[in-house]
Amino acid sequence: MSRFLSIYFTNLLTDYLAIKKPELKNQVYVFTMPQKNRIMVTAASKEAEKQGVFASMVLADAKALIPDILAFDDKIDFNKKLLTRIAKWAIRYSPIVAIDLPDGIILDSSGCSHLLGGEEKYLETIIGKLKESGYHCRGAISDTIGTSWAIARLGKKSPIIPPAQQYNAILNLPPMALRLEQHILQRLHKLGFDKIGKFIQIPRSVLRRRFGEEMLLSLGQALGTEEETLTPVIVKAPYEERLFCLEPIRTKPAIEIAIERLLETLCERLSKEGLGIRSAELKGYRLDGRVTQTKIGTNQPTHKVPHLGKLFELKIDQIEPDLGIELFILTVTKTESVLIHQEKLWSGKPGLADQSLAQLLDRLAGKVGSQAIRRYIPQAHYWPERSLRPAVSLEEKTEVKWQRSNPRPMEMLHKPASIQVTAPIPDYPPMNFRYKDELHMIRKADGPERIEREWWMEPGEHRDYYILEDDKGRRYWVFRSGHYDEQRPSWFLHGFFA
Amino acid sequence: MTAEKQEILTRLRQQISAAQGFKPSPIALGEGFGLGAIEACFPNHVFPTGTIHEFLAEQPEDAAASEGFIAGLLAKLMENGNSCLWISRNRKLFPPSLETFGVDSQQIIFLDLYYTKEILWVMEEALKCEGLACVIAELADIDFAQTRRLQLATEKSHVTGFILRKEPKRSLSATACSARWQIRPQPTEINHNIPGVGNPRWEVNLLKVKNGEGGKFLIEWAEDRFAPLESTASHPQPQTIPTEERGLIA
Repeated sequence: MSRFLSIYFTNLLTDYLAIKKPELKNQVYVFTMPQKNRIMVTAASKEAEKQGVFASMVLADAKALIPDILAFDDKIDFNKKLLTRIAKWAIRYSPIVAIDLPDGIILDSSGCSHLLGGEEKYLETIIGKLKESGYHCRGAISDTIGTSWAIARLGKKSPIIPPAQQYNAILNLPPMALRLEQHILQRLHKLGFDKIGKFIQIPRSVLRRRFGEEMLLSLGQALGTEEETLTPVIVKAPYEERLFCLEPIRTKPAIEIAIERLLETLCERLSKEGLGIRSAELKGYRLDGRVTQTKIGTNQPTHKVPHLGKLFELKIDQIEPDLGIELFILTVTKTESVLIHQEKLWSGKPGLADQSLAQLLDRLAGKVGSQAIRRYIPQAHYWPERSLRPAVSLEEKTEVKWQRSNPRPMEMLHKPASIQVTAPIPDYPPMNFRYKDELHMIRKADGPERIEREWWMEPGEHRDYYILEDDKGRRYWVFRSGHYDEQRPSWFLHGFFA
Repeated sequence: MTAEKQEILTRLRQQISAAQGFKPSPIALGEGFGLGAIEACFPNHVFPTGTIHEFLAEQPEDAAASEGFIAGLLAKLMENGNSCLWISRNRKLFPPSLETFGVDSQQIIFLDLYYTKEILWVMEEALKCEGLACVIAELADIDFAQTRRLQLATEKSHVTGFILRKEPKRSLSATACSARWQIRPQPTEINHNIPGVGNPRWEVNLLKVKNGEGGKFLIEWAEDRFAPLESTASHPQPQTIPTEERGLIA
């Protein structure tokens, strides 16, 4: 014999908001959503309902009733999200919990209620907990989902229907309690059936002819003659492993062994599910009550124990065991599906896709931080400082090519250095220049190569670049900022050629 | 008799260098690096890959020249599509310029680190990774023990390591590197006295070579390859190396 608990949230969305923003408690506010060029109220707070504002009203009407009503934007399927969250919480009271759109959840309480001391206590505990957290809700327990649903919403007497009593329980309820569609309800209303008891005795064939098969089905589901199934919410077990130690662990090899064991079990599960670790966290609970935390991250999802072990190994020095660690918990904070590469007889893909390179970079990032690792790709700009940018990932490629028409210096100064120059005007390369107290006599020169400043990005002068070679054969990249005019033009050294 | 002895000596030398972790690479067995007379300085007349090379650069101009020369070597080392790691403290290298030397700079991963300890650790880890073609580290100074560690790391993986010593502060001491280079820019030349700057030209000074002879050479980068130049200084000149330094070569 099954027992079902149905919980009905009278003001699900608004209660949620009041929990988030306590200042809204006992305030008049609604959730709205635009529908066909009108802004409709989708949920109203308890206070708003008292003053006559209900869901499916137009916001303008609600404002006519209560001018200073607060309106918040509703999101599609927001109630579903909330209910799923509540259902996942409720899984502690029953293994099978389903959401019941739009405003309830259903628990299969068969064989569960005695754990809390009987159905009354069971119901009291769950509803009490929900009310404590701020939800207005009602619950009912009966043999069928249909009856529980009806009693939770429309019941006036006891919320617990004893076994096999659902027939009597629904007799005095309005037809609404049967979860019927609007047009059937309207027809029943027209015919004067204001209670289920008034039509429940009518032969089934007549009911079918007048109101359709659906009505018989929901009636049967309420009474228990028809089957009704639940789609239970599944809570995914977190990717977490625990290791209790008989004796507190203090040494490095012991910590290594602990990490390896944790990784082995966890990686086995991950590899079965085709997942890999992107980031993970190891917590060590110490004897003195403190917790040590160690985090690792990878560039590519992986479930390879040796590699992950190495990443943790780099961080073992940061773990302070102090008096000893008695419990290790390894939690995977981010997973990604992993592509399993086929083992090749000959060496794999060379270059950046190389597996061993990805593993190396993980280790390096673990030690020196990922911000220190960079790769550059070209950018479509002539301005030298902007002609390249750091790549976002190892795989990132771009269609832009490096421009090769003009030579670029091997080394470029981060900031052009000011130099003193003797140069014939205009536009001839310098005859000599002075940099860091050394005079360089120019023997050969190339240029000028004019690079315009990108005026849409920043204001300023253009640059005329020259390649200069001095008497000792050293080659420089030098530029003059702007044109020759009344003022003395400023010259800068920007780089060294190979 | 002497010829026979010579042969035995050569064979023994080869055995010793093999035991010291020196193995000719596929590149070297093929066409080589195109360095001409420079390659003749090394044991077996092969540029040693899978070992550590040391480059001295006292001036920023020398550093640029060394980087150019290294880029030329990289073009060959990275030919099979492998990538390369460039570790530096205060990086001034301008990646687009590598294209001049035929290196795909998108394949290079740059690491900007501050502490020498970190640079050495990263270099050692990287040298153990077989998926890399080459690891380059910019450092001011390095001692024998540190280079020995790096050398041991390369012996397993056969990844080539270059240490670019920019403005070295300490006096030169012995290292476990297989060669010590000094590259300096030289005046360029263009045929027919056309004005302008010509192809990059360097004076390559091989200060020390493990189991080999040093020398001074003139080389140019022309038409996407090294072009060794005949010059008065191009022949091996053992006397250029001070005797006290020669003792450290072994």
